[in-house]
Amino acid sequence: MHIGPILATMRRNKVGAFLIALQMALTLAILCNTLFIIHQRLALLARPSGVDEANTFAVSNQWMGVREETAARIRADLTALRSLPGVVDAYETNSYPLRGGGWSEGINLQPGQKHSTAHSALYFSDEHTINALGLRLIAGRNFTPEEIGERTEQVSTPTRVVIVSQALGLKLFPDGSALGKTVYLNDEPATIIGVVDTLQTPWVSSAWAEKFVGNTVLDPHLYKSNFYHYVVRAQPGQLQAVMKAAQDRLFEVNRERVVDRLRSFTEVRADAYRADRALAVILAWVSGALLSVTAFGIVGLTSFWVAQRRRQIGVRRALGATRRAVLAYFQTENGLIAAAGVVAGVALAVGLNLWMMHAFDMQRLNPLYALGGALAVVLLGQFAVLWPALRAASIPPALATRAA
Amino acid sequence: MFRYYTWLALRSLRRNPALTALMVAAIGLGIGASMTTLSLFRAMSGDPIPDKSSQLFVPQIDNWGPDAREKPGEPGADMLTYTDAKALLDAHAAPRQAAMYATGFAIAPADPAQRPFRTDGRATSADFFAMFKVPFRFGSGWGAQADTDRSDVVVLSKDINDKLFGGADSVGRTVRMDNRDYRVVGVLDAWAPQPRFYDVMDEDFGDPEGVFLPFSTAIGLHQDIWGNNNCHGSIDAKPGWEGHLNSECVWIQYWAELPDAAQAQRYRAMLDAYAAEQQRLGRFHWAPLTKLSNVRQWLVLEHVVPDESRVTVVLSFGFLFVCLVNAVGLMLAKFMTRSAEIGVRRAIGANRRAIFTQCLVEAGVIGLAGGLLGLLLTAAGLAGMRGLLSQEIAALAHLDTVDVLATMALAVAAAVLAGLYPTWRAAQVQPAWQLKSN
Repeated sequence: MHIGPILATMRRNKVGAFLIALQMALTLAILCNTLFIIHQRLALLARPSGVDEANTFAVSNQWMGVREETAARIRADLTALRSLPGVVDAYETNSYPLRGGGWSEGINLQPGQKHSTAHSALYFSDEHTINALGLRLIAGRNFTPEEIGERTEQVSTPTRVVIVSQALGLKLFPDGSALGKTVYLNDEPATIIGVVDTLQTPWVSSAWAEKFVGNTVLDPHLYKSNFYHYVVRAQPGQLQAVMKAAQDRLFEVNRERVVDRLRSFTEVRADAYRADRALAVILAWVSGALLSVTAFGIVGLTSFWVAQRRRQIGVRRALGATRRAVLAYFQTENGLIAAAGVVAGVALAVGLNLWMMHAFDMQRLNPLYALGGALAVVLLGQFAVLWPALRAASIPPALATRAA
Repeated sequence: MFRYYTWLALRSLRRNPALTALMVAAIGLGIGASMTTLSLFRAMSGDPIPDKSSQLFVPQIDNWGPDAREKPGEPGADMLTYTDAKALLDAHAAPRQAAMYATGFAIAPADPAQRPFRTDGRATSADFFAMFKVPFRFGSGWGAQADTDRSDVVVLSKDINDKLFGGADSVGRTVRMDNRDYRVVGVLDAWAPQPRFYDVMDEDFGDPEGVFLPFSTAIGLHQDIWGNNNCHGSIDAKPGWEGHLNSECVWIQYWAELPDAAQAQRYRAMLDAYAAEQQRLGRFHWAPLTKLSNVRQWLVLEHVVPDESRVTVVLSFGFLFVCLVNAVGLMLAKFMTRSAEIGVRRAIGANRRAIFTQCLVEAGVIGLAGGLLGLLLTAAGLAGMRGLLSQEIAALAHLDTVDVLATMALAVAAAVLAGLYPTWRAAQVQPAWQLKSN
């Protein structure tokens, strides 16, 4: 196939060729950025929280303004919950993974450090926490009942021992020697007695939270607050039944309370990642619409060119060009335009990404996306041009002799 | 003439239905995508209190020092300590001011058969209601004396009043919250500024709290802090509530009403003087840094409109642009196939201007059709968004009159813009050339 005649023809239709190239370039620029964002968000969504999510739920509890007997009431509730049929284990806490609100603190290696070594979420826990969340203890040991202290928002018994997530352990001690080491919470020393493999913070999907999303501390305290949460793990397949039973059981124990926010971890996850999922879905729709508009645009414009050049195509056919040659002509023409579009498009894509990095705290575009997007746009062009090109190829040579 | 052109346009569009459908679909899709994202963005970035947003200010006092600043010249803390909030309240440097924090209660309905329920509460100063022009259905806010006396008074939202008293005038009646009786002094009418600008620390959107009580009362009762409580670095606070009140933890939102520039200027000077005094007293070991932001500045500073929303707007307008480029090409193709017809019209006396107008009217008609399709798609898109977004934001995803008008205007403007070049080309058609070649 000689591209000389194609270029000569295109010179006579500069605007049409330019419009298609421009459209392909813009499509490419937008497409790689949307696909990149979609992929990033889906990757966020796919991260494990560390919790046995399929079998676990959480519920909040608020007492009617009683402060003195809170500890006894919590213990009574936990005994009742743990004895429910179908319950694996339960514990009481200030917050849990993906909840969206909770406590965080700087963890230090020395007392009185000005800049903390790591930032971490704090979960008040007891010796049932690991079992109730379905965590995997990869080093050390669990808490003993004697190690569980008591605290309110402002007043606490000292924290002597902690269990940390593996991510936090590695952040504090990059050589992996966290077990048995001493860390400082609020300038108070505590020994790391255990390490669990994955346990996320209550916060996901914000730039601030992403910096320490895997850093968590299990802090052995009964949290004597007016408002707190129970987390309960059910035996496989019994989650729904246990969720219902647990709520009723709590009211049987004591009616002077508000039991609220009863959510399975599937719901907790959906709530936590709602904005990310929404963004991915919206951008997927935009990408789909973008591809179809561009494809149909190419079909429309190429059809018009074919219609305009019917006579010339007839003449070429009469002079001996095969159908295949006519088909190849239009495919090559589109390929040339696409090549120009792709070059400009990759530049635009990188430009758009750089601007978004500056304006929205976006990550740098992975070059593979530009490459994949370029390939997609070229294939889209070839596919879109196929139908008009086939119609062109079917123009009979006799046309040349008929008209005018 | 215009009617004649419109008639011509409709005829011409009917003659080539596939091309017409492509153009209308392209414009419709582009408009649908961009208006869906734009209308949500507009709702989220709206001014929650338009007639006063330039008179309401948030003061910031840098009590954490340079180590905690994320940007140079900006205080690291975006709320106040109790110490500073109390000092500002006592200074009375603005005609109206309010210190506030988010809390919550378990409310026991009078009917013992009903289970107690939980509601968000706001502990705030008496000026809150007048300052934010909060509408009352019954009664009013509490007076300044109730702040001083730490009175057990409460203002109920319309929803809570409906729930507890069936919507009746409950002023003077008692509500039992966290096992303590509060006297109702007022019931709000429907009020839901979006974003909920007065406290954007946790939830930026959604309904205001169910109950409001004096700040001083809540402090006296050690009422739990349900909002953000931010302590920078190690906390040297003594344990207990008193220790917390005296700590450098920030957890109080503070607003001042400053009706004119002169008062704002004086307030700024007062803040600087206060911070300088704290430095002299040895509390701050750095040059005083304060900031005063009005409502709009504050919402920008606090990133109330999430970047996600901006990204989708940018990308969907990029998509609209692609659709327009597409429409330019298709219109060009369409007008060029009619060169012969245009040639005839030119030959029998139509001037360029007439051809130009005719083609532009045709572009406008395409835009109108695309706009109608776009409107349908926008409505569908927003309905889809409601299923994807959180309840608070989903409530914002609806079409208003401005959206509808903007959609149609944008569609027609876009189509006419896209039609300019093809129209110009059509008007250049040489009558003689067209007549000859056929």
